[in-house]
Amino acid sequence: MNETLYDKIWNSHAIVQGDDGQTLLHVARHLAHDGSCHAFEFLQARGLRVRRPDQVFATPDHGVPSASHDLAAITNPEQRRVVGLLAENTRRFGIVHFALDDVRQGIVHVVGPEQGLTQPGMILACGDSHTSTHGALGALAFGMGASDVLHVLATQAIWQRRAKRMRVTLDGVLPAGVTAKDAILAVIARIGANGASGHVIEYAGSTVRSMSIEERLTLCNMSIEAGARAGMVAPDDTTFSYLFGRPFAPQGANWDKALAYWRTLPTDPGAAFDREVALDAGTLAPMVTWGNSPEDALPVDRCVPDPDSESDPERRAYVRRTLEYMGLTPGMRLTEVTVDQVFIGSCANGRIEDLRAAALIAARGRAVIPALVVPGSTPVKRQAEAEGLDRIFRSAGYVWGEAGCSMCVGMNGDTVAPGKRCVSTSNRNFVGRQGKGSRTHLVGPAMAAAAALTGRITDVRSLGA
Amino acid sequence: MEPFVVLEAVAAPLDRPSVDTDQILPARFMRRSRQEGFQHFLFRDLRFRNDGSEIPDFVLNQAPYRNARILVADRNFGGGSSREQAPWSLTDFGIRCVIASDFGDIFYSNAPKCGLLPVTLDIDICRRLREQLHAHPGTTLRIDLPAQAVTGPDGAIYAFTIDPFTKRRLLEGLDDIDLTLLHVATIAEFESAYRRRFNWLFEPSKAGAPPTGG
Repeated sequence: MNETLYDKIWNSHAIVQGDDGQTLLHVARHLAHDGSCHAFEFLQARGLRVRRPDQVFATPDHGVPSASHDLAAITNPEQRRVVGLLAENTRRFGIVHFALDDVRQGIVHVVGPEQGLTQPGMILACGDSHTSTHGALGALAFGMGASDVLHVLATQAIWQRRAKRMRVTLDGVLPAGVTAKDAILAVIARIGANGASGHVIEYAGSTVRSMSIEERLTLCNMSIEAGARAGMVAPDDTTFSYLFGRPFAPQGANWDKALAYWRTLPTDPGAAFDREVALDAGTLAPMVTWGNSPEDALPVDRCVPDPDSESDPERRAYVRRTLEYMGLTPGMRLTEVTVDQVFIGSCANGRIEDLRAAALIAARGRAVIPALVVPGSTPVKRQAEAEGLDRIFRSAGYVWGEAGCSMCVGMNGDTVAPGKRCVSTSNRNFVGRQGKGSRTHLVGPAMAAAAALTGRITDVRSLGA
Repeated sequence: MEPFVVLEAVAAPLDRPSVDTDQILPARFMRRSRQEGFQHFLFRDLRFRNDGSEIPDFVLNQAPYRNARILVADRNFGGGSSREQAPWSLTDFGIRCVIASDFGDIFYSNAPKCGLLPVTLDIDICRRLREQLHAHPGTTLRIDLPAQAVTGPDGAIYAFTIDPFTKRRLLEGLDDIDLTLLHVATIAEFESAYRRRFNWLFEPSKAGAPPTGG
């Protein structure tokens, strides 16, 4: 057989093959969050029921305040309403809900892998674009809009066209101070923010093989920022040992049965990809974005582009407008850029390994600018507290928050004020993403902590890290 | 859903690449009720100042384009978030068709489900169309879905591709769920086989009980 991981998962979930190129796919797991409110509303308005409540799992994340997990503490009435609605809808339809006060609550893309809900070989869907994250465990995972959330609630299935296959191969050893976040930013800078449009990416190569699951989650998280429908990594022993013993992972004889199946999933040696991209991990540097698209990423030791040196007039206009929005001078060194605040968290970089990496730098001294750390889930928060990371952050002057999406999307009240510059471990630097007029620079966790320490964009390698 | 067949309407040129979903519909409006309509939040921060007054430079605030029903954009339109509020805000405003050289994958999938036709044309054609619209503000374009063709202001005809499923759904204003439920017996049969084969997904021994001690 010459099938890719993607083909194998696709084939085992295909219910109906339409004669018009569309396939009805079974959805093994559907994850819901406070943003699923519209779909639940449509479902009830049409008098439909949730077809398979035992295949849906929910947790509030987008509108959850980082100061407190009391529902009453949500000051925005719209956010309070939808977090309350999630509790109500999950109760009504018999869906497992990791509620605000549940020790398993968190960002849906951190919670799924952490609880063992995300497993190799399954199709997992969620009404959020960063669902691509779950592909790190060898699942086919994608985001969807409210119409498809409604469709999955009602039918436990989704219509899709088969995507093209792209393989991104990373070989070599990441140099000191270079992380999975830098690797994916380098990939996006190479292929463009819609470079993987119409494709599903499989990440392969020795660099990916030697990555932990948390690093692979960071890698797959930003597949959508390259325009891909999904990103995935073939499951291996790292995957299996990560899953073993997690609450929703198979146990006993079921574990052996699942493991035997999971071992059949990796792409066959002769399988063909529609597109191949290769990067030498050994040449990568810590990355930072300067513009309003994740493709606007450069090694930290480089300079902000100069519109006058762009030959294409539309590109010149884009760079000029972007630098104006970002408040940057053409040609200035990225390390000369002064920063107003720092955010560490999100489904890109809100896991325990990320907080450990940031804490190593935070321990060097007091933050000279406001800094906020929001763990990706309540279990991550508790683990960090057990390791004393919260004390390191707090004594460096950081604010230590309750788990949620927080300042990545700015829906819970944690926003960046107009014109303010935030160095952030999140995944989007769009215009107004962290609040109207906000200026975002995407980096990895240690780079974010380095900026907090100096008040400038800082090459973490210059700190001897 | 309102069917889409042929649309001849004023087209507005949107001269910027990578108009992401956060720009189409900023996150702070996402939790509004569907009934209220999202047209006032479309391109909110590009259209309006903080005090609510219009930004005159923005194309949809200019007299010839206030009733535009077609947008001609550039590359990478609708990238980013899966929020269906982005296509809702466009259709609620009256836009039924967006032309660009490529689209965000989830936006492209969401749009037809709201009656919005995404048309992919070569980047040079997008630029030419925008130049022609700028030269004659208020000019109309004709979008013929059955023929899969866009007619430019100068009469030039550009063919576009669309998958047959999406085309049929738009032409007839069909709803996915009604189509899917025609297969309900096949779905049920598939599910029982799936649940037998992958039984471990449905028998997690600790499921439902929170772990102790965190």
